[in-house]
This record gives sequence, C-alpha cells and structure tokens, in this order.
Amino acid sequence: MSAHSTTEVAGSRPALEIPDPSMAPRTARASTPALELCGLSKTFTLGAGLFKRGRTLGAVSDVSLRIPRGQVMGLVGESGCGKSTLAKMLLGLTTPSDGDVLVDGKPLRGANQKALARHIQPIFQDPYSSLNPRKRIAQIVGLPLQVHGIGTSRERAARVAETLDVVGLPRRAADQFPGQLSGGQRQRVAIARALIMRPDIVICDEPTSALDVSVQAQILNLLLDLKAEFGLTYLFISHDLAVVEHLVDRVAVMYLGRIVEEGTREQIFGSPRHPYTRALLDSALTPEPGLGVPDIGLGDAMPDPSDPPSGCAFHPRCPKAQALCRQTRPRLEDIQGDNARVACHFA
Amino acid sequence: MTTSNVSPTVSSASPSGTALGEIPLPAPAWSRVTRRLFGHRGLAIGLIVVGLAVLIAIFAPLLAPHDPYHQDIANRMVPPVWHAEGSWEHVLGTDKLGRDTLSRLLFGTRISLTIGLVVALISGVIGTTLGVLAGYFGGRVDAVISYIITTRLAMPVVLVALALASLTGGSLTTVILLLGLLLWDRFAVVSRSVTQQMRDAEYVYAARTLGCSLPYILLREVLPNIAGSLIVVMTLEMAHAILLEATLSFLGMGVQPPLPSWGLMVAEGKAYMFFQPWVIAIPGIALFVLVLAINLLGDGLRDLNAPGGRN
Amino acid sequence: MSRLEVNNLLEVKNLRVDLPVEAGTLHAVRGIDFHVERGEMLCLVGESGCGKSMTSLALMGLLPRKSRLSADHLQFDGIDLTTLSERRRSDLRGARMAMIFQEPMTALNPAYTLGNQLCEGLIRHRGVSRQEARERAIYLLERVGISAAKDRLNQYPHQLSGGLRQRVMIAMALMCEPDLIIADEPTTALDVTIQAQILRLLRELQQEFGTAVIFITHDLGVVARIADRVAVMYAGEVIESAPTPALYANPAHPYTRGLLSCIPAPGKTPPGSRLQAIPGVVPSLVGHVEGCAFRNRCPQAQPTCEQTPPLMSLPGDHRARCHYADRPVPVPLQPEMSS
Repeated sequence: MSAHSTTEVAGSRPALEIPDPSMAPRTARASTPALELCGLSKTFTLGAGLFKRGRTLGAVSDVSLRIPRGQVMGLVGESGCGKSTLAKMLLGLTTPSDGDVLVDGKPLRGANQKALARHIQPIFQDPYSSLNPRKRIAQIVGLPLQVHGIGTSRERAARVAETLDVVGLPRRAADQFPGQLSGGQRQRVAIARALIMRPDIVICDEPTSALDVSVQAQILNLLLDLKAEFGLTYLFISHDLAVVEHLVDRVAVMYLGRIVEEGTREQIFGSPRHPYTRALLDSALTPEPGLGVPDIGLGDAMPDPSDPPSGCAFHPRCPKAQALCRQTRPRLEDIQGDNARVACHFA
Repeated sequence: MTTSNVSPTVSSASPSGTALGEIPLPAPAWSRVTRRLFGHRGLAIGLIVVGLAVLIAIFAPLLAPHDPYHQDIANRMVPPVWHAEGSWEHVLGTDKLGRDTLSRLLFGTRISLTIGLVVALISGVIGTTLGVLAGYFGGRVDAVISYIITTRLAMPVVLVALALASLTGGSLTTVILLLGLLLWDRFAVVSRSVTQQMRDAEYVYAARTLGCSLPYILLREVLPNIAGSLIVVMTLEMAHAILLEATLSFLGMGVQPPLPSWGLMVAEGKAYMFFQPWVIAIPGIALFVLVLAINLLGDGLRDLNAPGGRN
Repeated sequence: MSRLEVNNLLEVKNLRVDLPVEAGTLHAVRGIDFHVERGEMLCLVGESGCGKSMTSLALMGLLPRKSRLSADHLQFDGIDLTTLSERRRSDLRGARMAMIFQEPMTALNPAYTLGNQLCEGLIRHRGVSRQEARERAIYLLERVGISAAKDRLNQYPHQLSGGLRQRVMIAMALMCEPDLIIADEPTTALDVTIQAQILRLLRELQQEFGTAVIFITHDLGVVARIADRVAVMYAGEVIESAPTPALYANPAHPYTRGLLSCIPAPGKTPPGSRLQAIPGVVPSLVGHVEGCAFRNRCPQAQPTCEQTPPLMSLPGDHRARCHYADRPVPVPLQPEMSS
C-alpha cells in the first residue's frame, strides 16, 4: 500500500485536492475503485411555491456502484429512470440528498468543483446544445485550461491544437464556430474539451444518441481509442443496448431511480436475471430480418416517479409479478459467487 | 428539417478518407451580412432613418442655420417656406418667440436620442440583471423577482412619472432617471424567459462542471446568447422612452424650456394649433418618423434574430 | 418495373423536390423512383438530410410553401397527384392516405378531446353519424391496446403518456380505413420497450387491415424486423431497394454495406473492437451534384464514379445505384483509418 492510502485509512478522509498541475499520469492503485457510489440518493420537491410545500420525488434512490479503474460501466434504463440525475450528481451539478461519491477513494462531498473537474469530465448527449454557439472552437476547448489558470496563452493554444489532433479534428477547426461543424465534429469538440484536463473518469451521457449511425461508429471508435491511450474510466449512460454491449465491461440496469440488476457484460447480456433486464434485451431490435418484433409483454405505462408503486416498482408491468412483489420491495442482493447483484424476489 | 445536418460544402476528402470530411470555410462575408440587413425592407428603412437622426444629432451645430435659442420678436410665427408668406430665411418657420423651428428641431434630435439611449441603457442594466438572475436561479429567487416585476407592471408609467416629476421638478436628468428606473420591465421579462431556456443548455452544465465562477457563466456563457433578444427590446424601449419624454414635456413635467425638446415644442405651439397648425405638426411629424423608424429597426432585428430568420 | 404497374398503390418516377435557401437551391430529393404495392410495408431508410422526410411530405402534399416539386409520374391508385387540386388533395389525405408523425404531441391538437379528433375525419370524409364514428373510435382504441377506451375519448392529449399518444395516432390513422399510411419515425422519441410494443402493434394491424405503409426511419434494426421491402436513401436519392431479406443478405451498394457494418451486432462484432465507420460527412445538396454522391466516402471509389451511376437491376427485384453493383468489389472494404 502506498503512503497516500495509509494516511487515508488513518486520518479522516481528506476532501479532493490535486496539487498536480503538470497532469502527469497518476499512479494507479488497483485496490481503490476510480469511482464509488455509496447509497446515493436524490429527492426533488415538486410544485413548491413561496409559501407552499410540494410533493417529493425520489429521482435516484440508494444507488451503490463501484467502477474499477480503467473499466467501462454501462448504465442503462429508460427515460425518467434517474440516470441523468445520477450523472449530474457525479459531476457536482446537483448535491446528493443522501449518500456520497468517492472519487479515487476520497469523498466528493465538500470537495471544490475545480478539484473535481480535474478528475471527472462529462460528454453530453446533444452536440448542438453542449457547445456555446457564440464561441470559437479554440475558446471552447481551451476553457478548462483558462478557468484553472494552467499555462500561458501560447501554451494553452498548443495544448488545444494537440488535443484537436487527438480527437481527429483538423487544426483549422480551432478558428470556427460550432455552427460551422457537423454533429459528429461537434461531438469531437466536446470530447476534446473533456479530455484537455486529462481526467481519470469520463461520464458519457448518451454520447451518440443524437448522431447518425455512420457517425456514431466514428465516435465510439474514438472513445475506445482514447480509453486505451489515456487509461480512462468511463461511466457510459445509454439506452442503446447494442452500443452498451459493444463498449462496456460491466452494466447496471436502472428502473425508477434504483438499480435493479448489476453484473458483467456476459452476465447481463448472456443470462439476465431481472425480468426488466430481460424485457429491455428483448426489445432491442438487432438488424436480423425474419425475426419480427418480439412480444415483450409489458404494459407501456411508465409509473409516476412521484407516486411509485408499492413493493417492487416494476410489478405493475412485470409479467411474473406475485402478491409478494406488490407488498415488499426486493433488496439488491449479491448473487453468491457471481460478482453480480439483482433486486428481484424470483431471480 | 431534413437539411439541418448537411454541411455547406461538397466534401472533397480523398476516397480512402480520414475520419472527417471537409470543414466548410468560415465565410459569413460582408456581402452576406449586408444582403441580410437590406433584404428586409422595414429594417433597411429603420436603419437609414435612425442613422440619419444620429448624424443630425452629432452635427446639429453645423447643420442648424440659426442658434436654436436666439429669440427674434420681430420675426415671430413666420410660416414655413411652402406657405405663401414663408421665406428661405426660416425654412420651417419660427415659433412664438421668433426662434428658428428647423434649428430647434435639429437640436431636439439630440435630446430625443440621448433620452432614448440613456434610458434604454439604465433600464436595460436593471431589467437584464433581475431577469437573468431570476431565470438562472429559479425557485425562490425567481418567485421574489417575478413578484417585483408584477408589481412594476401594475404601475401606470405615465402617472407615476408625472407624480414623481412633480415632486422633484422636471429636468432632463430627472426625466432620464425616472424613465430609466421605470422602463426595465420588458428587459426583465424577456431576459428571464430566455435565460430559463439557457439554464439547462449543456454548455452551461459543461462550464459549471469545470468550476467556472458564477459571474463568468452569466456574463460569458449566458449573456452573449441572450444579447440578440435584448437588442430588440432595447430598440423598442428607446422608442417608448422618446415618446414618454415628449408626453412628460408636453404636460410640463419633463424637459424644461428653453431646451428644444420636441414634446415641449408641441406644448408651446398648442395654442396656435388651429391657425398655424405647422407649429405643432412639424415636431409631431419628426417624433412620429423617429419612433416609427426605431420600431421598424426593432421589428427587423427581431425577424433576423428569430430561429427561422437565418435560413 | 417488373410487375404490372396498375397493381401498385403508389407509383413514383423521377420525383424531385427543390428548396430555395440563402446559398442557392437545395436539391432535397433528386429524382427518386419507387413504388408501393397494396398492403405492403415499405421502409425508407437513411440518415438525417437524406431527403426521406421531404419525400413523405411530397407524397402527402404537405411540402413547405417555397419548395418546388416535379415528377414524371406520381400516381396514387391511378390518381395523378401532381395535377390534383388542393381541395381534392385534402379529401384524399384524410380519407385514403394518413400520416403518423414522430412526435404525436405536435400532431394532436391540445385543445380538443381525443374523441373529437378521432371522429372528425371520419365524419367529414365518410359522412357517418357522430354515434357511428364514436363506436369505431372505441373499437380502434381497444384494438391498439388502450384500456377503458370509452373514458379515453373524453381525455385530452396531455393526459396520456408518449406511448399511449402514439397508439392514439395509429388508431386515428386507421379511422377512415386508408389505403396508405405514411409513418415518419413514429417510434424514435419512445423508449425501447415502448418502441417494440408500438412496432409490433403497427405491423399486426397493417397486416390485418391490408393497409400499405411507408415507414420512414434511420434505424436498420427496426427496418429488419418490420419491412417487406426497403429503399435506402442517401443524399436525396434512392441508392438501393430490395426485399428485406435480400438487402440484409446481399447489400449491393457500398453505402448500405457501410451502414450495416457500422452498427455493433451482438454475437458478431467482438466487444471492444473497432467498428467500421463510414468516413467523412454527407455532401451538401445545395447546387448541382455531379456523379455518385457517395464517392467521397466510398472505400471502393473509382475514376468511373465521377459519372452519375445508373440504377442497376440485380436478380430478385433488387436495384442499386452503383457502377459496381453487379461486379466484384475491386478493393475490399477498409476499416476507418486511425486518427
């Protein structure tokens, strides 16, 4: 164990701080996961006014996850399942109502946003809204360096040019505005902005869902190359199961704010245990003619997150629901000897 | 639209191909900008008239044939040149004190434009600050600021301005301050709603994740993107302020004599309305043309700023 | 066409749509030919900007006002659509052609109840009584899987979830028993589990009612599962058309091959391996486009490709607009060069 982690065990865990402006690759410690979520929850208050109390909505409830260094964790689920709120908490955009996030073993709570920014960077879904239309590409990509006061303006320009090379953009893109680039090129700009600080962890929130399929492949290839080159850890949020299966090491499936199943890619895609995971996999339409559209047997009423069903949140749509499912919420339990977890009474 | 993703040039990348095609050349050339500006007739008219007014205001001492304050009792109420008794000495005639109407009109442009510009700037700063804060933070901040905006909207501007002006006494400075402190409502309403849409833009999230300071985010990420809408509001408020100044001056609570305010000129001429109608018609028309031109400019800018306006 | 043309519900020959834009003329649809047989599901597939939505709007007569449409032949069940008056066109649109949009919320009027909107077309085009129209609406709502259909008639669109709204849109499209339904990306905005259910429903009803459907999408997975025939569009042209199994088994156009190989296929693409991307970007359709529009991105482009490729006929109702569609590939497909 290195000296660093010893102090960590001995004393109170220090908040994030990175006194390392050189951005040299940090030494990896295999024991600590790059990112650990401990019982993370977020509740919102809806319809509250100046003098009125609103209803509470549990957007994310008690989510625990460990993402080992250099791995890709996929997070899948349908709209409104809380995956975007989860991403916002990891990025420090909203504070968790409960639980904590450990980045590199150190708690995020109370950490300063700038220090966090050097560890975690986002790639957002919509390359049209993720770049300020009134700024040039060089300003957008160089913004992190500028905000953190790294280098002289000449050094920053060199670093921007270098990063544009890394993401496969021509250097003359630096002087252009986002409106002059195609969707795929814009997403490369967003990736360049995320990588210029050399973060350890990148939160990819549906990074290809706004792109055409031919461009999607370019971006996925780029993400894979960058991961290999810089030893990045990804949290890859997507609803596209084919993409997730291609890219990830482990997968977590979310439904109505909770993780219902988590395991390795082979476990989730090969032998899913939760009926919701199974339904998701069945409804992914692979390009195989002749198979038709499967009957997945779910109702299409996504329950109201501010008024979740009793017991297992999935029971109103579950083809196998029993009386027990309506009364008791299944806990997310480890599957013995399998390094996987599932929350279902009948798994 | 199906065409939104099509890049503006034909890709000429080699067949084996790099990861990317051609990036179109940055070519928003001046010809294109001017074509866009003058392709819109109302905008072009507004731009020309307002431009002329600005030039007149700047060069009024050179353009004016007489001193606007010089009284010549022997030559009072001279009719304009097109009238049978008119002369080229006083092209637009003289008023009841024998002052040259054309000269007063030209110098009056300075007062109207100063009032319009300064009032729009003061109210713009107040309104935009309130609106951006309300829109960006939402929640309690928004509730409080929205309440202030509603309160302001419930006040009749002319009556409040009259009452306050009668307390403090009218002068150019009081008119500017009063109107500046009253006309910020539209800035606040517009900037609030535009900022609300922008708050959840992913580039604002990106700046927040980087640890950018709040002033940076508001001034550098949000403000440039709402500037287009604000410029439109600004033109409309300028026209509004010019009209209100004329109103207040007409009612005797605005700019005080002997300053050549157009509103004051109308007020001073109202006794002669039936027999020497030009005394009020000339400043009235000037006021009408300037306000119309500014409004045309504002409408034109709004059309250009609209999402469809650039296609 | 190999078939008797009179049997085809829709015949399109050399359809062109031009749009004036600031920089010149945008040739959104550049001379496309296709046909739709009675009761079949034809998928128009392509990426954004390929002209698939413009084609559907042209067929419905809903093009933007400034655009220009021309066609050698545009016949719906023997009716020439190019010379039809707006009034006759509007009758046809409600009664015999229906459309399902991507975002049902923009297609449903928020101010009227579902009952009103469902019944309106039937009453106007078929002259039935309100009572009969309501009965048919209830029947169809039940058929599209909506419970308590009678109560739903008095609800407003915002009271339904996205999936339910799209079911209502399908019911509405079926009210007048149209011969043709044009569905423009009807499931793109929906979650995957909902998408599967809606597609299954649409396919079932289409076969049961014998309605022809033009289904517009960018998703090759969806196409494989529901289409009888596929037309692939690129840069305003149909570059390949074939019965679904033939297209997936033997894609003849390099663009189709590229599209099929750039989506990760579970079980075939090794996880974490590089995908075969199509390099470059779609060419601009503003101004004159010379030669094959795909040649700048094509891994097997030859000097010949400077000339406009003919529509080559291949065995089994399979056509491709490529000089090399019926010849061996001169250069094998290369994976994208590393950046």
